[in-house]
Amino acid sequence: MSAGKKVVVLGATKGMGRAIARRLVERGDSVALLGRDAEDLERSSADLRARGAPGVKLSTAWCDLEQPSSFRPALDGAETALGGLDVVVVTAAMFGTQEQLESDPAFAQKVLTVDFANTVVFCEEARKKLLGRGGGTLCVFSSVAGDRARKPVVMYGAAKAGLSAYLEGLDLKFRSQGLVTVCVKPGFVKTGMTEGLQEPPFAGEPDEVAQVVIEGIDRGTRVVYAPPIWRAVMTAVRALPRFVMRRVGF
Amino acid sequence: MSVSDRVAGWGRQFVAGREVLLEDLSHAPKALFRGLGRSYGDSSLPPTSNPLVVNTTRANRIVRFDGDAGLLRAEAGLSLYDLNRVFLPRGWFVPVTPGTQFVTLGGMVAADVHGKNHHVDGCIGQHLTRLELRLADGQVLECGPDLERELFLATVSGMGLTGQILEVELPLRRIPTPWIWQESERVEDIDEYVTKLKEAAEHWPMTVGWIDCLSRGAHMGRGILMKGRWAQSHEAPTAFPRELPNVRFPFQAPELVLSRLAVQAFNFGYYWKHLPRKKTGLVDPFAFFYPLDFVKDWNLVYGRRGLTQYQCVLPDSAGPDAARRFLEVLTQRGGASFLCVIKDCGPESAAYLSFPMKGMSVALDIAVRDDTQALVDALNEFVLSVGGRIYLAKDHFTRPEHFRAMEKRLDRFLEVRHKWDPQLCFKSAQSVRLFGDPS
Repeated sequence: MSAGKKVVVLGATKGMGRAIARRLVERGDSVALLGRDAEDLERSSADLRARGAPGVKLSTAWCDLEQPSSFRPALDGAETALGGLDVVVVTAAMFGTQEQLESDPAFAQKVLTVDFANTVVFCEEARKKLLGRGGGTLCVFSSVAGDRARKPVVMYGAAKAGLSAYLEGLDLKFRSQGLVTVCVKPGFVKTGMTEGLQEPPFAGEPDEVAQVVIEGIDRGTRVVYAPPIWRAVMTAVRALPRFVMRRVGF
Repeated sequence: MSVSDRVAGWGRQFVAGREVLLEDLSHAPKALFRGLGRSYGDSSLPPTSNPLVVNTTRANRIVRFDGDAGLLRAEAGLSLYDLNRVFLPRGWFVPVTPGTQFVTLGGMVAADVHGKNHHVDGCIGQHLTRLELRLADGQVLECGPDLERELFLATVSGMGLTGQILEVELPLRRIPTPWIWQESERVEDIDEYVTKLKEAAEHWPMTVGWIDCLSRGAHMGRGILMKGRWAQSHEAPTAFPRELPNVRFPFQAPELVLSRLAVQAFNFGYYWKHLPRKKTGLVDPFAFFYPLDFVKDWNLVYGRRGLTQYQCVLPDSAGPDAARRFLEVLTQRGGASFLCVIKDCGPESAAYLSFPMKGMSVALDIAVRDDTQALVDALNEFVLSVGGRIYLAKDHFTRPEHFRAMEKRLDRFLEVRHKWDPQLCFKSAQSVRLFGDPS
């Protein structure tokens, strides 16, 4: 696929979403930014306008993963503003450490709902819209945390495992109808979301992740690890027997 | 929970502390802001009492760009690398650039950076139109050359100590092509170098040079003088210069690498690589402005103990032989440096702690050894004796009594800073060391 596409990015103002949106407008794609803070959306939109290639269209729409009623109007608005829709990217998610989630059930419920149930519901809206247009690409950020249960990410990992399974299912069922599903599994990336966490080896920068993800979108790669080294890391982690996983701390 | 329990400047002298990475600076804790950490010494390191610095590099959005006038406003964490990537292909460039693009706008303002065009264009602070700051009491304030001027002049060159720089506004300049027309010349000794540098400054908007500070006697201070200007469209190819791929220095080098012999070999090679006496031609702006940026993490060359840069300015009043006398102090002490950069400076700016003054700036990269403190002391005594000063953005070893004696403008700076931050919310390891802030 070439540049000049019409792309919706949910989570475009922060972290990896910001980096992806920048690379898209620089090469000439039009972008609709979805997010829950109107002022933040405007600031990012101005940033993209200054960086974007001439002729790039930009629009913003309010959309909050905690409020499923916002999903359809936001996608409709984006489609109208861009004059079409080719790709939907979802980078937005919530994170909580295992300690936070264990000690605060209400917060745990919120994270599990946003990262799994509501993300799936958003994807369903996007799927219908893209299939209604004859196809397109749905690129959703899951996580390496969904690849194998681990002590520091018991709940977060479970939500992401569910999301990865859902995205695989979409690929099985709808690829033949023109829906390309790209499941992105970032390893540790230095963004606001991971601020304050112990940095592991192979920590990535948002911009290098963005480059890998856009290549994945262009090629229709089903599962993208970013940075790519995490594919090998997670293959090794998945191969570890359970008695080992009980003992290690990662 | 900590990302890392130690922080260092580019010279890799570590102190206890941690960096907080924030995309939204409006909720930053009351602590020193730090950009890409390219100041060599302890300017961007936290004091022991509040071992925290706010890393601004994720606050990197362009707020607006006026494509007619070239006026750019951006969040303080925008890097010059990013700015060049976006604007150089469109024919815009910053009015002043330091020798690396891995700096943030906020950092450039805080250090009031200068570049190869200082003799013509001064420091970055002289081009700014507005700064947005968050002050110690939490209020967000705009300042500029014509608005809250005192605060503005203290903030430019104020090393982040007057408040947190949130946004920076400055005009970019139209450039005729993204290529540089360069003339470089091999020079036999320091006196010839100084004479030619002054001459070059009258005809060229950009000058800089490197000298071999190990050669003694008749060849003391032999070097290579570089002069440049933006190429005109009839001189340059239409293609945009391709940025060379970066290589990363892979590990902390053993100290052997920095042995005197190795430094001598490097200097000899660098000098004689320039075989013809004079060379002219087109060079790409990345090689011209940022020659060391091609090697990421090049500071690891300096091994476990790291490096410091000694940069001072010797005023014209010190006489034309001041650079020679400075080199004599250095060579007597056995100081060895891979890189010795000498550049002429234009007049001092109005910013209270701005480094350059009319004269000659000398910069040396020095591997940290047991005798580094003694070497810096000796150099400082010489600089003090001729009425010069050192550059805070590079410094880690200057003694407070030397600094105070060199920097007559310090009290005025401290007075203005005190007015806006009476509790000293914003301190650095450097302000504790040199300004007498409580730790």
